[in-house]
Amino acid sequence: MTTKAARPNIGAIRSSFAPWNDPGTKPLVRFDGVTKRFGDQIAVDNVSLDIYEREFFALLGPSGCGKTTLMRMLAGFETPDAGRIMLGGVDLADTPPHKRPVNMMFQSYALFPHLSVAGNIAFGLKMEGLKKVAITDRVNEMLKLVKLEAYAARMPHQLSGGQRQRVALARAIARKPRVLLLDEPLAALDKKLREETQFELTDLQMELGITFLTVTHDQDEAMVLADRIGVMDQGRIVQIGPPTEVYEAPNSRGVAEFLGDINIFEGIVETFNSPVASLKSADGHFKVVDEDCPAGGATVWLAVRPEKMRISPKAPPKGTANVLAGEIWDIGYLGDWTTYIVEIGPNRLIRVAQANASRIVEHPLSWDDKVWVSFDADAGVVLTR
Amino acid sequence: MAAIAPYLWLGMLFAFPFLLVFKLSLSDVALSMPPYAPKFDPGNIGRFVRALDLDTYGRLVSDPIYIKAWLSSLKIAAISTALLVLIGYPIAYGMARCSSGSRQLLVLAVTLPFFTSFLIRVYAWVAILKPAGILNAGLHALGLPPVAVMNTDAAVYIGMVYAYLPFMALPLYAVLEKQDESLIEAAADLGATPFRAFWTVTFPMSLPGVAAGALLCFIPIVGEFVIPDLLGGSSTLMIGKTIWTEFFNNRDWPAAAAAATALLITLVVPLMLYQRQQARVLR
Amino acid sequence: MRRGPSVFNRISIGAGLVFLYAPILLLMIYSFNDSRAVNVWAGFSTRWYTALFRDSQLMGALWITLRIGVVSASIATVLGVMAAVALARGGLFRGRTLFSGMVYAPLVMPEVITGLSLLLLFVAVGLDRGFWTVVMAHATFTLCYVAVVVQARLSTFDTALEEAAQDLGCPPWRAFFAVTLPNIIPAVAAGWVLALILSLDDLVIASFTSGPGSTTLPMRIYSAVRLGVSPEINAVSTLLIGAVAVGIAVYGSVSRRRTAPARA
Repeated sequence: MTTKAARPNIGAIRSSFAPWNDPGTKPLVRFDGVTKRFGDQIAVDNVSLDIYEREFFALLGPSGCGKTTLMRMLAGFETPDAGRIMLGGVDLADTPPHKRPVNMMFQSYALFPHLSVAGNIAFGLKMEGLKKVAITDRVNEMLKLVKLEAYAARMPHQLSGGQRQRVALARAIARKPRVLLLDEPLAALDKKLREETQFELTDLQMELGITFLTVTHDQDEAMVLADRIGVMDQGRIVQIGPPTEVYEAPNSRGVAEFLGDINIFEGIVETFNSPVASLKSADGHFKVVDEDCPAGGATVWLAVRPEKMRISPKAPPKGTANVLAGEIWDIGYLGDWTTYIVEIGPNRLIRVAQANASRIVEHPLSWDDKVWVSFDADAGVVLTR
Repeated sequence: MAAIAPYLWLGMLFAFPFLLVFKLSLSDVALSMPPYAPKFDPGNIGRFVRALDLDTYGRLVSDPIYIKAWLSSLKIAAISTALLVLIGYPIAYGMARCSSGSRQLLVLAVTLPFFTSFLIRVYAWVAILKPAGILNAGLHALGLPPVAVMNTDAAVYIGMVYAYLPFMALPLYAVLEKQDESLIEAAADLGATPFRAFWTVTFPMSLPGVAAGALLCFIPIVGEFVIPDLLGGSSTLMIGKTIWTEFFNNRDWPAAAAAATALLITLVVPLMLYQRQQARVLR
Repeated sequence: MRRGPSVFNRISIGAGLVFLYAPILLLMIYSFNDSRAVNVWAGFSTRWYTALFRDSQLMGALWITLRIGVVSASIATVLGVMAAVALARGGLFRGRTLFSGMVYAPLVMPEVITGLSLLLLFVAVGLDRGFWTVVMAHATFTLCYVAVVVQARLSTFDTALEEAAQDLGCPPWRAFFAVTLPNIIPAVAAGWVLALILSLDDLVIASFTSGPGSTTLPMRIYSAVRLGVSPEINAVSTLLIGAVAVGIAVYGSVSRRRTAPARA
């Protein structure tokens, strides 16, 4: 069981936190048409992005999509070839990395091997020229925050992976940066520790009130951590939105396919009486509820997540909408879920996920069983690209 | 930024002097005989250029002893390098197959001679090989006839192999040590005998190490002076010895410079190969 | 490559080590020979050693050689570290190929060429040959060894550490001294030791670049060797080998103590 830690009522704060919807709010960080090339390769392609005070923003994308480069440009380790990066309304172009009010937690943690835990945390404070007493106080405060009071004198190589991660975090926030940058913050931890740390990070961010920008290729991590996710692909940001939005209402097939599994049916809009549309595809007719569906005649793609489909060995009553008949081609048992791959036509495979709500099922579905897959009219989303 | 000081230093003290060597090789003997010291005078380039000629090279080409020395240097360097591969490879290969603890110790053992004086190591062989030396004393004790190795090419080869063995064994070891053992297992799994696995997997993959070691040995051996001087006889001709003799004994600086230029030109291609390899290591 | 050594492997290693060490050991043994003749063992004696210490010429040469070694190794270390940083971190600056060429070529360049060309330089600029010309010559070729040793260390050094220092408010040059240097100091020290040993050992370049009054120990040994094998040279050699062995042992144990906790 996860133990419950004392914390402020973050639920109320988080659910109402949406500065990006308020045109009056000024962004803390603004990427304005930023482009970066390495040789003839475009790493970041004309990216514009606003990040707001106290926001937890995640850049999500496959490796090589430019997300790390984008973040390193904010830290000052790369220089944009075009565009501007503003922090609190000030252009950072002429500010070298060591003068930028942002701090980074490196993927490798980059703890200084020749300095103790306390020495690592104090490093940035010394650079600020703080008095010895002030440094000691702040270091102790940080050690307490990351629960490493007993490890102040240890050297980095004497720590476990999770402890190192916390030292790196403490070192980066000791200077009270305006933005904390996290480069794949949890990638080096094992799965269990990763899940625990995810929640710790969100709590910490609420507590400190610092803006966090994280870079990750792990969609679960982005979903749990972030207020908003920016999905990146080949140097461009393809969608920005809260986790539920990018997952449930992706704006393209690319985003839909990158985040989780999805079944896509290509079709033509027959009729559209907002919000109900009728689509015609090679797999049959679909009835969909989607306000943003284009008018009749347009080519569209209906995207339905596997967990929003039902599978049954019995045919549903005649006249039920959105039914696909097929045979089970493969089964993947994951414990909490089972994924069925169903062949609904020659070489047409779809994916259906069912929660395993009971331990024992009397007639479990098996390979080559004849099944019927169905979904509700509001289960899918109509995509135009 | 950090490049500026070493750049200037090496430019002044390493690269630029080659031009002086080349210049001197084009001057006349009398002009540059010590104590005359040709001062570098940029204002007098016209006269300077007119004074240049190829006489020294003419002398070098017409005197067969220079050509012989040059050819013999290349021959000795090539044979020495081949011997070094033959002797160094089994040692490096054996080292790579030892456990990690003994490997560290063996690397140290092979490196250590490098830290002891080159001159002393060559001298040790003088004591062994000379007619009334340790080798012949040993042979005599065994009732065997003495051998005359000292002042022959054989002594030079022994000295070369001895002095340069670490330079061959260590790059070879570095390559062999990195080789993934599962490759040999895969070869065995696919039906290769250990012998075939060695020749079809291990050896081809170690060729970069062979090349590295060969260049590291060949280039300095071509210009080697101490070994042919101390172990070789008067019939052992090497260009490094020629340069030394011309310079110190005959006081013929232009001839020494011309011989050095010839040596340098000979080494351009091996040096470029070596450079390319270093650049690859750097990446 | 972890299958364990075969019999053939063991023989190769054994023969190789005998080949490498037997001549040195024989030389050391014969330095304690009471007889002047190399091929006759006339009993144990240390008389060649006592003779050495009374040889003021030899002692003078040793002193000059040590001074040249320490000064040139120190210059070489400063320049070599700078060159290593430029090579490992400089990216693609103008003239990089020429620069890396100048750093690597002296490692294999025949000494007669380096020595002759340096001499001509000193003559051309009218510099009197002596202590400082040898120092400059030695610093030139040993700096390349320092650069290679330090650059190898830098190439495995996580650049994120330097970035982290800058990220925490440290200007780049200070980051080098605050973070990089403390972590590569064993390699820098190794480079200095290597430069020192190479300088102490050098005969050819010193012969070209030294002047009257700056005759080094290898030059003295060389002229003695040309006259033939003598027990005094055996004794000098033994002392030099012993000094290097002690130096390496000390360095090894110090660097082991430094790195020992890292393996705990």
